[in-house]
Amino acid sequence: MSILIDKNTKVITQGITGATGLFHAQGAREYGTQMVGGVTPGKGGTSIDGFPVFDTVKEAAEITGASASVIYVPPPFAADSIMEAVDAGMELVVCITEGIPVLDMVKVKHFMRGKKTRLIGPNCPGVITPGECKIGIMPGYIHKPGKVGVVSRSGTLTYEAVWQLTAIGLGQSTCVGIGGDPVNGTNHLDVMRLFEMDPKTEAVIMIGEIGGTSEEEAARFVKDHMSKPVAAYIAGVTAPPGKRMGHAGAIISGGKGTATEKVAILEECGISVAASPAEMAQALMKVYKP
Amino acid sequence: MNIHEYQAKAILRKFGVPVPDGHVAYNSAGARDWAKRLGDGPWVVKAQIHAGGRGKGGGVKLARTPDEVRNISREMLGMILRTHQTGVEGKLVTRVLVEKGCNIANELYVSLLVDRATSKVTVMASTEGGMDIEEVAAKTPEKIFVEVVDPLVGLTAFQCRNIASSLGLHGKLVGKASSLLQGLYTTFMECDCSLLEINPLVVTAEDQLLALDAKFGFDDNALYRHPKIADMRDYDEEDPKEIEASQFDLSYISLHGNIGCLVNGAGLAMATMDIIKFYGGDPANFLDVGGGATIERVTEAFKIILSDKNVKGILVNIFGGIMKCDIIATGVVTAARQVSLSVPLVVRLEGTNVEMGKQILAESGLDIVAADGMADAAQKIVQAVKGVDQ
Repeated sequence: MSILIDKNTKVITQGITGATGLFHAQGAREYGTQMVGGVTPGKGGTSIDGFPVFDTVKEAAEITGASASVIYVPPPFAADSIMEAVDAGMELVVCITEGIPVLDMVKVKHFMRGKKTRLIGPNCPGVITPGECKIGIMPGYIHKPGKVGVVSRSGTLTYEAVWQLTAIGLGQSTCVGIGGDPVNGTNHLDVMRLFEMDPKTEAVIMIGEIGGTSEEEAARFVKDHMSKPVAAYIAGVTAPPGKRMGHAGAIISGGKGTATEKVAILEECGISVAASPAEMAQALMKVYKP
Repeated sequence: MNIHEYQAKAILRKFGVPVPDGHVAYNSAGARDWAKRLGDGPWVVKAQIHAGGRGKGGGVKLARTPDEVRNISREMLGMILRTHQTGVEGKLVTRVLVEKGCNIANELYVSLLVDRATSKVTVMASTEGGMDIEEVAAKTPEKIFVEVVDPLVGLTAFQCRNIASSLGLHGKLVGKASSLLQGLYTTFMECDCSLLEINPLVVTAEDQLLALDAKFGFDDNALYRHPKIADMRDYDEEDPKEIEASQFDLSYISLHGNIGCLVNGAGLAMATMDIIKFYGGDPANFLDVGGGATIERVTEAFKIILSDKNVKGILVNIFGGIMKCDIIATGVVTAARQVSLSVPLVVRLEGTNVEMGKQILAESGLDIVAADGMADAAQKIVQAVKGVDQ
């Protein structure tokens, strides 16, 4: 068991004929993911490096039986691609694209209401169930199959946590990068719920950053409903107020969502918070006995 | 991206939002001419810089005659204006806004933004105009009113009336407020704003509503579809290093410490700053080279970091996903040679092609300290920089 994806998940790539889309489709296939094809409007009927290419997601889904889609489409067209995948009935859509206008995402969120699709991202590294299925841009080899769930807004900081876990022999059930944008498909709380329900996941590392209240909401769920130990790290303790640190979401405004406040709330909720980013796995080991 | 007040008001005017009559001037004679053309005084002369708190710093002054407008403008143009937002270095005033004064009866607040919690555009209003909204939120949250906009129907007439009512507006002012709010909403949507703040929104003695000050934040991700707004960018208002970085698609923010950082990913970059501080050091910058960096971009990143004279050492922290470690390594070596690196350099590489990356660094013949893990890297650079200082 795992969450969101496993060895049976069939995946198509939207934007497969672009350099980035193809590179990561190949990488995922090498990892063992069932990458069954791709979509590039206007190139339907061709194939690229063994991947059949379709004009529409609907057609690709019907012919390949894919239930998941990963998006590497440039930002001006990415919102439309997400909606196309949702309309085609995909169960899971992972949008890697960085730089989608926020008002486009407001429309996408509205479009998705009442539909069954789960969106991960945008502006995220993707999802991986180690040893079974990799959807996204993370380096596969740092992961190891196991029982710790990881959820994070940041890509490279997720790799850091995974690397620390793998180094002390702890594998991961599923790692989910939810992305750093202010409007995204899935938040920390959603993933925390999934980890709580997943019998294979025994413990969770949650990585957050300054801005918003997503981490605090997840922490309250941990306190009230979670039976599994949770550790966390919040990036941005040293970030100056009002400065934008790459992610649009990472803005401290009016004393809300600062790292110090977040850490205090997480600790109140019984989460083991790492003092430095080098101690994420150690923080988990304080509360989790494998 | 931010713009000047006079540019903000020009945009609002275009969308039918009432603002005081006014014009920008680049010299004192021009300011005097514009005062005359605007009609009877008094006038307000406002220094145009990208920072709040201008009034307290002497950047907003009342003038009774056109000559007074000229004299005030002469004093303001060329002066370094310091406010709580500019820091001690202040900002050079190169243009002023000359505006017709008005009789203020009441000051209100209104803003629009995208609320992360609901993923919807939200209108925020308050009776406490002219104050920092963060302060109002902290001290008197009951004085803040919120309407969440449904993306399908947009800001509705009843929502506008609700806001007007909570602001204590009656009679004809309700209709005026509604039309002003609709204008703001259209502006926000048409210009892809991330923030649109009117503070204060004033009620005049003649029962008019006027946006007396306006602050825009634009969604950088959407600027590609607003070339006219992108053209309003004032490079003089920004850190030259940040401008250079943005030309190479690098995300760079200048800070006050002495350890330069080159990292991939915003989260890891923030975490790297945090861990430098954790071990007693002080980061000189935030720098995210992004996912698809080329050798050229890494080289530029290095040059930008080194152009900061406070930098006494550099920490490179790369966890390669999209970014391959051999590209980073080649960039580091190329840049270090080009600028004849004279400060300690600690490099921590992990991820795709890490062995190739480490080999490139080792064979370069340069004095590069290799680190294993973030803690080791941070400790080594903090130690090295302390050595330089002594």
